[in-house]
Amino acid sequence: MKATGNWFNVRTIEPIPPLLANIEEREVLRKIKKQKFYLLALLLPFILFVIGFEIGPLVAMLKDSFYADDGIQVTIQQYLTIFKSKFYLQAIQNSLVISLFSAVISVIIAVIAAYSFTKFSQKIQNRLLMIANMTSNFEGIPLSFSYIILLGNNGLFTLLFSKLGLDVFADFNLYSWTGLILVYIYFQIPLAVMLIYPSYQGIKKQWKEASSLLGGSTLSFWRHIGIPVLLPSIAGTFSILFANAMGAYATAYALVGSNYNLLSLQIASLVSSDVTLNPQLGSAMGVLLAATMIGAMWFNERMMRRIRRDLR
Amino acid sequence: MKSSLVFHKVIVGLLVIYLLIPLLGTFLFSMAGKWDHTILPESYTLKWYIELFQDERFYLALQHTLFLIVVTVGLSVVIMLPTIFIITVYFGKWEKWLQAAAMLPYGIPPIVGAVGLIKVYSDGPIQIAGTPWILVGAYFITILPFMYQGIRNSLRTVNAVQLVDAAELLGATKFQAFRTVVFPNIISGILVSTLLSVALLFSEFAFANLLVGGRFETIQIYLADKLNSSGHLTSAIVITYYSIILLLTGTVLKLTFRKEKAPVFFNKKRSLKFLKKSYRQKNTALEGENS
Repeated sequence: MKATGNWFNVRTIEPIPPLLANIEEREVLRKIKKQKFYLLALLLPFILFVIGFEIGPLVAMLKDSFYADDGIQVTIQQYLTIFKSKFYLQAIQNSLVISLFSAVISVIIAVIAAYSFTKFSQKIQNRLLMIANMTSNFEGIPLSFSYIILLGNNGLFTLLFSKLGLDVFADFNLYSWTGLILVYIYFQIPLAVMLIYPSYQGIKKQWKEASSLLGGSTLSFWRHIGIPVLLPSIAGTFSILFANAMGAYATAYALVGSNYNLLSLQIASLVSSDVTLNPQLGSAMGVLLAATMIGAMWFNERMMRRIRRDLR
Repeated sequence: MKSSLVFHKVIVGLLVIYLLIPLLGTFLFSMAGKWDHTILPESYTLKWYIELFQDERFYLALQHTLFLIVVTVGLSVVIMLPTIFIITVYFGKWEKWLQAAAMLPYGIPPIVGAVGLIKVYSDGPIQIAGTPWILVGAYFITILPFMYQGIRNSLRTVNAVQLVDAAELLGATKFQAFRTVVFPNIISGILVSTLLSVALLFSEFAFANLLVGGRFETIQIYLADKLNSSGHLTSAIVITYYSIILLLTGTVLKLTFRKEKAPVFFNKKRSLKFLKKSYRQKNTALEGENS
């Protein structure tokens, strides 16, 4: 049976017998082929850019991470170095902790704030979203600088509070873990709000009415309906924020320079500083960072798919 | 009910204050003459701005940044427009590959991208590390997701495939169909992603610092270099810089939010419809969803 089917298919695809293929038809076919060729040629610049600046460097980094310091010997030494070195493990740990911390806090604040957003008129909601959007662009070097002005050693608030005799900032050091977390949270919150806000639109007023008609309280509505509906979106947002913080470089660079041991700062100094130059080790750490990011993105994508299924 | 609204007002108020304080602080600092033991500055002055606008280095850095933006965004539009058009209309089965290539940069932070770029371009046949050209390549990839989404969504909303079919049936060549039918219909959709890309590149620091550094000083590098000098002057730079960003994103937001303000029956122009769509897509893009 199967063989017959195949034979039949092959027969139908078989080119038109040469007798029928008149010159005109051949001409048209050739023209289409030629056009296709030109169309493909137009794709070439894009392909070159993607290979030259996206795929190529990634492959080069992956390959480089499996070479010894001399760049000749193939080895997994670089990864062993990272996992044996207290210093580099500390960098990874610091990055993970700071990303987790800032992502969790920002998500919590954003969940509450975005809910409050929905209580206002549409016009005000748009305004608020606009503020969130605008401030989400305030990041990196300018943001760090702003915080230095306000809370640095000679910062406005620092001086003001010490003159007022308030010791809230006496023990506070902006150029440290707490300072870094504070600044990270600042640039995460607007993003989190913008990502979580749309999912509140999915919670229909009728659901609340139905829930209360069936005797549910506000609390039980949120526990059994609201939060479960929001959860995939919250988890997805969390993973984006986490990845965002893991890859953040400019903010940390401007604030703590090389005084604080972070994964992104270590990679930067391994590949570009003259003192600690070790591109192979830098590549291995880059691979680890990229793996974390891709993991977070993958998680986010899965969560998004869940949302879509829920909405359907 | 009323007390709960007060509660929400307080929450939103606190958030807005929290988000705006660093900006306001920097703004006041950039205008402050003497300010060390009062809540508001004792005197105001514009001398920091005057000093800034007389600094040739500032203009040079601005020039460098603008050069990179114009070259990269221009190149991206010129390359991505035909690429996405050809693949959506003629090679639909490759679309998922295009999408994968275009969305990958979302998952790769600049710090990781820079490692490989340094490796590839610091020796070997093409040695462009340390020159602005490596930044053009890196930035092309950086804005890829935005350009891709903007262009693809625009093409989808105007039903580009059917439009081209119709135009070709009526005797137009492929190029004519693209230039006179599709292109005019998607131009305003592309504007949004172009402006977003410009804003994104304006605030790019990691690539600039790692790949080129002081050899081709961009506005961000200039700013980072000035961090340790006079705080007032740096505030003036930050405020000037942020004003430009605000102007750019403000235009984007205005374009995308226009729809909400205009009454529905007012909404005759086709452009508005797909601007709205591209906005929605932008949100979902951030979530990493790319349907």
